[in-house]
Order: sequence, then structure tokens, then C-alpha cells
Amino acid sequence: MPELKIKDLRASVEDKEILKGVNLTVRGGEMHALMGPNGAGKSTLGNVLIGHPNYKITGGSIVLDGINLTDKTPEERARAGLFLAFQSPVAVVGVKLSTFLRTAYRQTHPEDKVTLTEFYDRMKVHMKKVGLDESFMSRSVNDGFSGGERKRFEILQMVMLRPKIIVLDEIDSGLDVDALKLVADEIRDYYSDDVGFLIITHYQRILKNIEPQFVHVLKDGKIAVDGDNNLSLRIEEEGYDWIKN
Amino acid sequence: MEVEYSKDAEMEKLLEDLKNSNIKKEDWEFHDNYKPVYSTGNGLNRKVVEEISDIKKEPDWMRRFRLKALEIFESKPVPTWGPDLSGIDWENTNYYNRPDDVNSTKWEDVPDEIKDTFNKLGVPEMEQKYLAGSVAQYDSEGVYHSLKKVWEDKGVVFMDLDSALREHPDLVKDYFCKAVPATDNKFAALNGAVWSGGSFLYVPKGVQIDMPLQTYFRMNGEATGQFEHTIVVADEGSKVHYIEGCTAPRYDRNSLHSAIVEIYAKKNAHARYTSVQNWSKSVYNMPTKRAWVDENAKMEWVGGSLGSKVTMLYPSSYLRGPYATTHNLNVSLAGPGTVKDTGAKALHLAPHTSSRIIAKSISIEDGKAIYRGLLRMNKGAEHSKSHVQCDALLINDNSTSFTYPHDEIYEPTATFGHEATVGRIGTDELTYLRSRGLSEDEASSMIVLGFLDDVMKEIPMEFAVEMNRLIKLEMGKLGAVG
Repeated sequence: MPELKIKDLRASVEDKEILKGVNLTVRGGEMHALMGPNGAGKSTLGNVLIGHPNYKITGGSIVLDGINLTDKTPEERARAGLFLAFQSPVAVVGVKLSTFLRTAYRQTHPEDKVTLTEFYDRMKVHMKKVGLDESFMSRSVNDGFSGGERKRFEILQMVMLRPKIIVLDEIDSGLDVDALKLVADEIRDYYSDDVGFLIITHYQRILKNIEPQFVHVLKDGKIAVDGDNNLSLRIEEEGYDWIKN
Repeated sequence: MEVEYSKDAEMEKLLEDLKNSNIKKEDWEFHDNYKPVYSTGNGLNRKVVEEISDIKKEPDWMRRFRLKALEIFESKPVPTWGPDLSGIDWENTNYYNRPDDVNSTKWEDVPDEIKDTFNKLGVPEMEQKYLAGSVAQYDSEGVYHSLKKVWEDKGVVFMDLDSALREHPDLVKDYFCKAVPATDNKFAALNGAVWSGGSFLYVPKGVQIDMPLQTYFRMNGEATGQFEHTIVVADEGSKVHYIEGCTAPRYDRNSLHSAIVEIYAKKNAHARYTSVQNWSKSVYNMPTKRAWVDENAKMEWVGGSLGSKVTMLYPSSYLRGPYATTHNLNVSLAGPGTVKDTGAKALHLAPHTSSRIIAKSISIEDGKAIYRGLLRMNKGAEHSKSHVQCDALLINDNSTSFTYPHDEIYEPTATFGHEATVGRIGTDELTYLRSRGLSEDEASSMIVLGFLDDVMKEIPMEFAVEMNRLIKLEMGKLGAVG
């Protein structure tokens, strides 16, 4: 059973400290939600976890299954089983979606000698489930995709690359009600004792479909409150103002 | 099923090849210590031009042509509408360097040190493997030329232009500076005055050569100029593919390369010209390249512009006869601190002519890639058509590219279209790819292959390899934690 341990994590962007000591543990079979007001550092946490070079870790540690990832490159973190669905996935012109996913899979699962044909067949099945047409296979990564298509592609990557710990950063933004349901279904399908989720969201909307066991509120770079799904319901009614650091 | 994915399988293979390729810049930036046997020294004047003509024992018409060209060169200002050319040191440039008196058809006769240089660059090996003929130029003069006997027997002429002027004076005179007159621009005039070396290729009527012919230009001296003049004549119904490669060592002082390439594609002929330019970062590369394309003839320009400090190059096709066509593919890479001002010109002078221009540029760091094009459709060029596609890729968070298309359309039945795309690979894009497990190497290879995908078959692999090397270097910087 995988375990991601975030201990006293501090990070800054352009010398401004954003994360001021975050403690959080996500295990296989657990569904966590991380909520918080704008500017609390939610997206920073996602970027820091995946090792974005613009974010500098100034203290604490990120450990996945006993392996210290704190100083590791993004690709090393991915290969260790960590996955971030980006809030605003960028377009990479010229990099073909199918080739990209295949190469990524070969890096994250070197032991699996699946053939090109088998892999693409598997991909088509999942594309159908997340609601992406097969024609997307030959398009450039995220190039010309709508906001919703980008989010569906993030979910497609998740199910194809089979990571152990998944961080979803505002996966619900840009999705209409039907798409949201589809994405939530995929998340629930993929969810098992072997995977843990950290769902970063500003609104309670997606949590109705997913029902996390654990809810944390990030405020001013620190976890201010922990609770269960009732916490997210209270936030929907009362907002974040009642939470004190 | 396998057919459906064949392109992906091919891509995977290419990715592996590219990842495993490790050509280093040092492989061609070395220089040997060969001393020229004759040099005109620094600077340019009437005496230098007369000296060059004397050494070459040229006919009188050529001597007069050179002196006239010198006057034109002196009367024209340095162009200021493009990149900064103030780094050209006109006075301290050496305009003529003769390596040796030898110009042989056997590699054994070439001086050892020069031969070693060409061996290191793989020139004799290429010749053996896949060329119908080969010319090698070292600084100002051709030192070697060969042509397979089967083509010689069919009347093909392939040698350096100096030799051709001695052996086929009338043929040379018919074409010399007809498409590119000395009055065309300052650098063409300079070439007219001090030209030396270059190739002359004549393919007789109906002769179709199925293997390419190649010239390799090597500039060795520091602060020297190379001014070769190349003429390719594809006579009626003939077919030919001519390739040029160029490299030079890197020096602190700037060198100047100012070549002329003239191509004559006669009625029903098919001429293809490929060049891969990999001058070092101390070279100003200012060639003038032009083709006259007659009735129903086809001209193809394929250019890879990797090196140099500044390059200004706009290969032109004059579509002079009905149904003449031209394809122009140019891939430019503007590395850090360099400028690529490149493009194409297509002049439609007859009915039913067509042109297709694809320009792809990559800018790295503060490298500046500019597309500058001219499309002219004269009145009477009825039903002619043209399509221009410009793709730019910016490798960095702050790099830029510029596109300056210029259209002059005087014929109402003519049609034309422009397409332009710009993509950027910065820290976010690179991080995105890496966050899925791709190494920097893989990310750069994919980006390179993706960008060149539609032209990969047209360009030499060497080009993709070198481009990949430069982009990988840059990615290392983008991926570093700041």
C-alpha cells in the first residue's frame, strides 16, 4: 500500500514564501480533499510536489514509499509513482499525443513490454471512457484543446500511466456537469487500495461526486483545519472566514 | 492494424536514433595548421582583384568583369534593412587564400593535412557510399573533384568553376552571372569581384542522374572570406540533385562567406538543390541563390541553416515559363547570440506557374529567427498559385520570432495563401512533459521530431541531430532549479 508523507514542507516562489510548513499523509485507499481560499497556496503545493523548477523547496520533505523525493527531478517523481493533473495543462506544439503517452508509459513502467498496438488499443478504450475522440491521438499535446478537453486528457494520462499517488489540481474547473460526472466516474473506477488521491479544489462541487474521507483546509501556507466531508459542506455554506490559523 | 500504427513505430525508431546520436560540435569546429601557399593579404582593392585574376590566368572578359563588379561593390552601401552587419571587418578580411597548387581527381594527391581534415568530416566516405560525383573546396580553391565515369560518358560536367572556366570556357560564359548579375546586391558584387572556387555542374539534355552530386566547402583560416560561385545547369528534360555542405572552425575574429549559386532548370528539367550550412559562430553568411525555371520545369530548394553568426539568405525562383514550379523548404535554427534572416522569393512571370514555400525556424535563448519572403505575381501570370507556410518554434520563456511576408500581386486570376504557426517551449512546457516521466533528452527529441515531422523525409538526419543537440543544451538550462 503506497504512502506519501509530506512533512513540514516549506516552499517559495521568487523568494516569497508560500508554503509555511505543510504536513499531510496520503495512503493507498484514501481519498483526501485539500480546500482553501484563493492564494492559500493550493496550486503551489501541487507544483512543489511534482518538482516544478520555478518553485523552490526551502524546508521539510516529500517521501513516497520510503523514497525521499524532495530533491528529485520531475521525471524521477513521476517514475516513483506520483502524478499531478495540472490546473492549466500547457500545449506542447509538435509533440504528438499518442507518442507522448507511449514514451511516458515506457518510462514509468519499463517492466511492461506491451506492444505499440496493444498499448494504443488500450488507449482507445480509455479515450472513449473519458470522452475524447480517437482523432486526438494524432494531435499535438493540448494544442487547440478546449479547457474541458485538457482536463479529460489529464484523466486519460492518469488511467494510462497508473500512478500510485494522484494529485488533482482543480480538475473540476472548466468542466460542465456531464463532463464532471464522467471524470468523477473515472476517478472512482481507478480508485482502489493501491492508490491514494489528493484532490485540490476551491469548490465543494466535485466532492459531492467523489465523497472524500478526509478534508483539509489550507490557509496562508499551512493546514488550518482537518476533518471529514462534513467540513467541506460547512465551507460551502459558510465560506472560509471562520477558519483561524 | 500494424499499418495503422506504422508511422508511430517509425517515430519511435527515430526517437531512439536521435537519443543515441552524440555528434559534438567539436567534431567540425577543429582547425588544422595548414598554411596557404599564396594569399593576397588583408583588404580589397583593384590590385588584389587583378592579382586573383592573374594567378588564375583567366580570360580577359573575366578580368574585366571582376573589375566592373568591384566598382559596383564599392558604390553600394552595406544594407541596413536587416540584421546588424557592422561586425564585418572589410579591411582586415583576407579575400583570397590559395591552399596549394594541387587540384586533383585523386584523394592521394591532396596534401595530407587537408586530406585529414576532409577525412574527419567524412567527405571521402560519403562519396564512396552514395554520390555520383564530389568536389572539395578548402578556403578559396577546389582541391579535389571526381565524377563517376558513367556520367562523364553521358556528357555531364562536374568540377570546380575555375577548372570549368579553363576546360569549358564557352559553356561557363553562357551562364556566368546571368541569373545573379553583379548589380543585384553588394554581396553579389563582392562575389563577382573576388569569386574563387565553387562548382560547375552541367547535365545535358535528357540525362537523369539518380545519385546526388556534392560539394563540400571548408573554411579553415581565421578572418578569411570564402567567395565561391556555383552554377548548376539542368538542360531540357534532365534531372539532377546537387548537395552542398559547409563548415568552418570557430575563431574570435569574424569571417565572411558570400557565395553565389545560380541554377538553370531548362524546359521539363527537374533540379534539386540541398544545402546544410553549419558555419561556426564567427561567420557572416551572406549568399545569393537564384534559379531560373523554364517551361514545365521543376525547381526544389532544400536548405538547412544551422550555424553562422548572421545569415541572410532568400533563395529565389524566377518562374519564367508556363507550368514552371518551385518548392522551397528552409529550416533555420537561430542559436544563442545568432541571427537568421532567411526566407524565399518566388516570382511568377508566366501563366500556370506554382510555388510552395515552407519555412520553419527555431529560436533559442536570444537567437533571432526572421522570415522574410517575397511573392510576386506579374500581370499575365494567369492561374498561377502560391502557398506559403511559416512555422516558428521558440525554445525559451522569452525568445521571439518575426515574419515579414511581402506580396506583390498584379494578376487577378492568381491565387495565394499564407499560413503561420508559433509554438513555444519554455519551463512550463518542459516541466509538463517531464512530470509524466520523460527525461530532458526525450522531451527535446520529441519536440524536434514533432516540429520537423512534415519535412523529416526531405532533410538530412544530420540536421535533426544537431538541432537536437542545441535544444538539449537549452533544456538543461530551462529545467534547472532557479
